[in-house]
Amino acid sequence: MNPGQASRGAAIDLESITKAYGGFKALDGVSLRIEPGEFMTLLGPSGSGKTTTLNVVAGFTDVTSGKLLVGGKSVVGVPAHKRNIGVVFQHYALFPHMTVGRNVAYPLTLRGIDRATRQARVARALDMVKMGDFAHRYPSELSGGQQQRVALARAIVFDPPLLLMDEPLGALDKKLREWLQLEIKRIHRELGTTFVYVTHDQEEALVLSDRIAVFNRGRIEQIGTGRQLYDEPATLFVGRFIGDSTVLRGEARSDATSTALRIAGETVTAPRRLAGEASPVMLLRPEKLAIGRPGQGVASGTNRLSGMIAEAIYLGSGSKYEVRLADGSSAIVRSPLTGESFGLGEQVELCFDGADAKLLADDSTADTTLT
Amino acid sequence: MEMKPLTRVLLGLVCLLVAIWLVAPTLVVVPMSFNANKSLAFPPQGFSWQWYQNFATNPEWSTSFLNSLKVASIVAVLATVLGTLAAFGLDRMKARPANLLRMLMLTPMVVPGVVLAIGIYAVYLDTKLVGTLLGFVLAHTILALPFVLIAVSANLEVFDRRLETAAASLGAGALTTFRTVTLPLILPGILSGLLFAFATSFDEIVVSLFITNPYLKTLPVQIFASITRDADPTVAAVGTILLFATTILIGGGMLLLGRERKGRL
Repeated sequence: MNPGQASRGAAIDLESITKAYGGFKALDGVSLRIEPGEFMTLLGPSGSGKTTTLNVVAGFTDVTSGKLLVGGKSVVGVPAHKRNIGVVFQHYALFPHMTVGRNVAYPLTLRGIDRATRQARVARALDMVKMGDFAHRYPSELSGGQQQRVALARAIVFDPPLLLMDEPLGALDKKLREWLQLEIKRIHRELGTTFVYVTHDQEEALVLSDRIAVFNRGRIEQIGTGRQLYDEPATLFVGRFIGDSTVLRGEARSDATSTALRIAGETVTAPRRLAGEASPVMLLRPEKLAIGRPGQGVASGTNRLSGMIAEAIYLGSGSKYEVRLADGSSAIVRSPLTGESFGLGEQVELCFDGADAKLLADDSTADTTLT
Repeated sequence: MEMKPLTRVLLGLVCLLVAIWLVAPTLVVVPMSFNANKSLAFPPQGFSWQWYQNFATNPEWSTSFLNSLKVASIVAVLATVLGTLAAFGLDRMKARPANLLRMLMLTPMVVPGVVLAIGIYAVYLDTKLVGTLLGFVLAHTILALPFVLIAVSANLEVFDRRLETAAASLGAGALTTFRTVTLPLILPGILSGLLFAFATSFDEIVVSLFITNPYLKTLPVQIFASITRDADPTVAAVGTILLFATTILIGGGMLLLGRERKGRL
């Protein structure tokens, strides 16, 4: 009973979990180790298998094959109500016929905890989510954000070693969502419980997580910290899903140490080559691209591409430009407030250092699953 | 929408007329039950309590009333349990077979009562169920089941099954989940099913006429027999008692439900 102690969380091991519905594999060999007390986010587009993975861990869905261990013990075949795992749902799932207080007391009543202890723990859980004054209200009298805080209190009141959250902020507006993200982060820190969080919102994943597992079509594409996923994406899908990116495709020519792409008459090079046979593409983050007027000779980088401003977005802290390249594809560039500004239709030149370009295997399905 | 005063008055008048038209035939029995003469004439002549006395003291009337009460109570419980279970089963089945089964179970509502009565009578003659409590209970349960099924199914349709998943995640097994989450939330449907089942059995006449015998009569059978034999105003007295009993029952139920709903909002 020592809040903030990391050892209170349980480790989770998923080993080659497969879930098939007839011929369709919702999960196709998912392996993932989550450390005790870690905040792990399962990120991916809808239908990528992230929610199925959560349901498998919670015990709502059984697996076709594979191993699942919570706290070192196999829970395959253990029914949901015996797993002692807290779950927060997107649609709150509060019991409408019970007051807030009785909702939160529900898991304690089931565990035969005496009245006095129960009241103390309900009060503590409600205080933790800042809903202490609402114990006598009914869920229908609360706003969405308040209901979700109560649902969170109900899921942590019985001190589960693991808390699962399935897009808990999906139904709330942006301001409230951002505030609750910080609240969830604080509660995670205070409890030391292992959190597994499902979302399709990459920004939310970056704000909350210790590590992120990126899902695509029933598989995990990459597991890593937000920084790792942003700086070193393992696949084109991950690179495009996390953050803004520009993908350069062209006629590729590789030698032992470098790769050149010929894009509508212009050639760019990167001092690396891709292992294997797949055709390479270059992925660039907006801040690695410098923008300038043609012939002005922007300082950074050796590679130049000409284009035209297709969209200019004022962000407050700077500007974001969508630049139409000669081959028709588009590039995303961010420029600081102090930099030059450009108007729609203006001819520009993009420069970048070849070392900043990530070489990745082309994957045409990355586009289709993203949209 | 704003209404002109004249429109409002006219609308009120029409509503009043319809209301009178609906309840007048029922209310006619009230004055008739105090008739001093042994006739069912309207308007009645004189005033007397004798028909109420007759209802209470004449064993023909009091036993048939108790019989009806007994049959209707057993039917209400039996049909509610079976109908609720059926509604649950259908709710959790695949849609196609569930719809087929549902239609099958609703047929007693659609099939003409006389047809059903003939069938039941034929079977009862062979199985010696005519004029028995079991016979009445079985026949009335068939007729009452669809009402429970409809009432509970309507409630299950709006019941959020994700609440059951949530209960499971909090540590509740299937039975506990049913008792603490599902049951309280579909209780209004079950209770109205119970009420409908009771009422269906209590005033059932067509099938009852076929399966009755001199040893076991229900109240509607007794009323029917009495009114075809002689114009006994006890019928009106019985009608008045039933009218007030049901008004209090339904009115009280609505008040209770209304109070609970207000408390929750």
